[in-house]
Amino acid sequence: MRRDPVLIRILIIAPIFQLIMFGYAATTDVTNVPVVIVDQSNSPESRAITNSIRGSRYFDLIGHVRDPRELKTVLDAGQAQLALHLPLEFARDLRRGEVAQVMLYVDGTDSVTANTAASYMVRMLQGFAEGVVVERMRLRGGATGGMPQIEMVPRVWYNADLRSANYMVPGVFGLIIMIITVAWTAQSVVRERQVGTLEQLLVTPVRPLELLIGKSIPYAVTALISATEIMLLAIFWFKVPLRGSIPLLFALAAVFIVCNLGLGLLISTITRTQQQAIMATFFFLMPGVLLSGFMFPVSNMPWIIRQVAWLIPYRYFLEICRGIFLRGVGLGVLWPQAVALVVFAILLFGAGALAFRKRL
Amino acid sequence: MAESAVRIEGLRKRFGEIVAVDDLSLQAQPGEIFGLVGSDGAGKTTTLRLLCGLLKPDAGTMAVAGVDVLREPEQARGRLGYLPQSFGLHDDLSIAENIRYFADLFCQEMSEVAERRDELLAATGLAEFTDRLAGDLSGGMKQKAALICALIHRPEVLLLDEPTRGVDPVSRRDLWRIVYGLPAEGVTVIVATPDADEAERCSRLAVLAGGAIADLGTAQELIARHTSRLVEVSVADQPRARGALRELPGVAAISSLGESLRVSLTVDGPSADELAQVLREREIAIGGATEVEPRLVDALLLLEARAARDGDA
Repeated sequence: MRRDPVLIRILIIAPIFQLIMFGYAATTDVTNVPVVIVDQSNSPESRAITNSIRGSRYFDLIGHVRDPRELKTVLDAGQAQLALHLPLEFARDLRRGEVAQVMLYVDGTDSVTANTAASYMVRMLQGFAEGVVVERMRLRGGATGGMPQIEMVPRVWYNADLRSANYMVPGVFGLIIMIITVAWTAQSVVRERQVGTLEQLLVTPVRPLELLIGKSIPYAVTALISATEIMLLAIFWFKVPLRGSIPLLFALAAVFIVCNLGLGLLISTITRTQQQAIMATFFFLMPGVLLSGFMFPVSNMPWIIRQVAWLIPYRYFLEICRGIFLRGVGLGVLWPQAVALVVFAILLFGAGALAFRKRL
Repeated sequence: MAESAVRIEGLRKRFGEIVAVDDLSLQAQPGEIFGLVGSDGAGKTTTLRLLCGLLKPDAGTMAVAGVDVLREPEQARGRLGYLPQSFGLHDDLSIAENIRYFADLFCQEMSEVAERRDELLAATGLAEFTDRLAGDLSGGMKQKAALICALIHRPEVLLLDEPTRGVDPVSRRDLWRIVYGLPAEGVTVIVATPDADEAERCSRLAVLAGGAIADLGTAQELIARHTSRLVEVSVADQPRARGALRELPGVAAISSLGESLRVSLTVDGPSADELAQVLREREIAIGGATEVEPRLVDALLLLEARAARDGDA
C-alpha cells in the first residue's frame, strides 16, 4: 500500500471530509422549514403569528400569497413545505373566545420533516392561544366568557398517509442509477486500461469519439434497465404512487445518467487500479448522497453546506423524482431542476470525455 | 526506389526528465523484418508505441505504408498490426470471438477474413481451441491468439514488441514461423527484442541505446563492424580473471556468457595462448582458451558498453 499514493491519499482525506459532511449535514433536527402564509384575517393577531413564524428558527417564512388557491402552486413547486392559511374569521373568533380555525397544508413528500414541522406549528399556535388567554385574564381580572382556542386543521398533500416509503423509494430510484453508473463506468474503464483491451482498441481505426460513445452506450443502457426495474418494484411492491409522466421521468433519468457517466469517466482517469476506483467512487458519491437531501433535508443544513449542495447533480434529480412520483408535476414546475441537470450533464460529461481522451 | 514501408525521421519523446527516444530516424523497406534491439529502457517499446499512435511524439515525423501517422492516424492504424507485450485479448471471449471482434474493429467482413483466420489458426495450432476462452489460455497460446488478432485485417506493417517473452519454446518456434512467412505476403515486420538470437533472424537491425540508434545494419555488418577477434576463456573465478585481463593491451572488452568469459581483442591483440599464459601466471585456473567466431551478441555487448561510456562522458 505504501506504493499506492493515490489510495493512501483517498484513505486519509476521505474520512476527514466525510466526518465534516456528516457532522453538519446529517442532522435530524428540523430547522428552516420553508413556510408560506395566506393571511386573510389581516389582524393584529394574525400579524403576531406571522411575526413569530418569522422569528422562529424552525421556520423560514418565504412569503405571502393572497389567494388560498395559489398555495397549491407554491407547494407543487416545492418552494414551501408548509402553508398556513389564516381565514377571514380568525381574529373575530379569537376575540369572541370561540374556536378559531386555521388550515395547515403540509407537503407530505418528506414524511419525517412534515410530521416534525407540523407539530412545531401546532405547538407554536397553542403557545400563541395561551398567550391570548393569559392576556385576557389579566385584563378582565378573572375568567369570564369562553376561552379562545386555536384549532389547526391539517391537510397533507402528495403523501397523505405520510408513508416514509413514498419518500424514500423515489430517492432510491435516483440513488441506484447513480451508484450503478458511476461505479460501473469508473471500474470497467480502469479495468480495461489495466488489462490492455482499451489500448488495443486505440490501435484500430476507431476514432476517439466513436470509442467514447461506443463505451458509454452499454453503461447508459444498463443503467436505464436497472432504472426500469427499480421503478416497477417501487410501484408494484412498495406501492409508491407514480403520479407524473413516465416518459419525462426516463428522459430526465437519461440526462442524469449522462452526468454520472461523466463522473465515472473522470474517476477512471484519476485512478489506476480497480481498488482505487472503488474508493474514489465511494468518496465522490458519499457527500453527494448526504448533501442531496436524500436522508436529511437540505434546508436543515448550515448555510455553507447548503451552498455546497447546489453542486450535487443528484440533488436535482432527487427533487425531480419526488416531484414526478409524488406530486405528479411536470416540466412546468421542474424546469429549474431539469435545466440544472442538463448543465451538469454537459459539464461533467464534457470534462469526463476530455480527461478520458487525454489519458488515452 | 519504392516507398518505404516505415519511415521515421527525427523522432523525439521524453517523459519528464527521461529522454526515451532521442532524434531517431530509420526506414524499413517493404517485406523486411526489421529488428529494434537494445536492453531494457533503450526506447524500443516507446518507438513502437509512437509508431502506432499510442503516444504523441515531441518532435519528428512517421509514416506507415506512405501514410502519415500524425496527420491521418485512423488511416495509418488501419494499415498497422500491433502486438504489444501484453495484448488486450478479452478474457471473457473465446478465441473465435476475439478474432471476430478484432476483424469487426477493422471493418472486415467475416466472410472475407475466414480464409485468413483458418490459415492462421492452422499455422498456430490453435484450430481445435477456438471455443476456449482467452482467459483460460496458457501464455504461449495467448500470444499466438493475439498474433492472429493482430494479423486478421492483413496489415501492411506488423509491429511486434518482444513477441516471445514468457512464451514456451514450441510456441516461440510457431510464432517465428508465422512471422517469417509474412514478408512473402508483402508484410513488413518491425520487431523489438532484447534477445540477440532473435535479432539475428532479422533482415536488418537498429541497435538502440539511450533512445538513439547506436548502429544500424544487417547482423553480419554489425558483427564485422564492432568485433574483430574473440577468445572464449572458460574460467571459474570470473571476477579475478576479468581483473587480470582488463588492463592488457589489445583487449577491447570482456563479457561473460555462462561459464566463460568472451574477450574481444583488437586485430594486433594477444592470441588465445597468450591470454591463457597471463591467467596461469596469476594462478587462475582455466578450462581452456580458444579463438571463436564472434556473434551478434558480442557486437551488441560492445556497442552497448561503448554507448554507456559515451553517455557518461
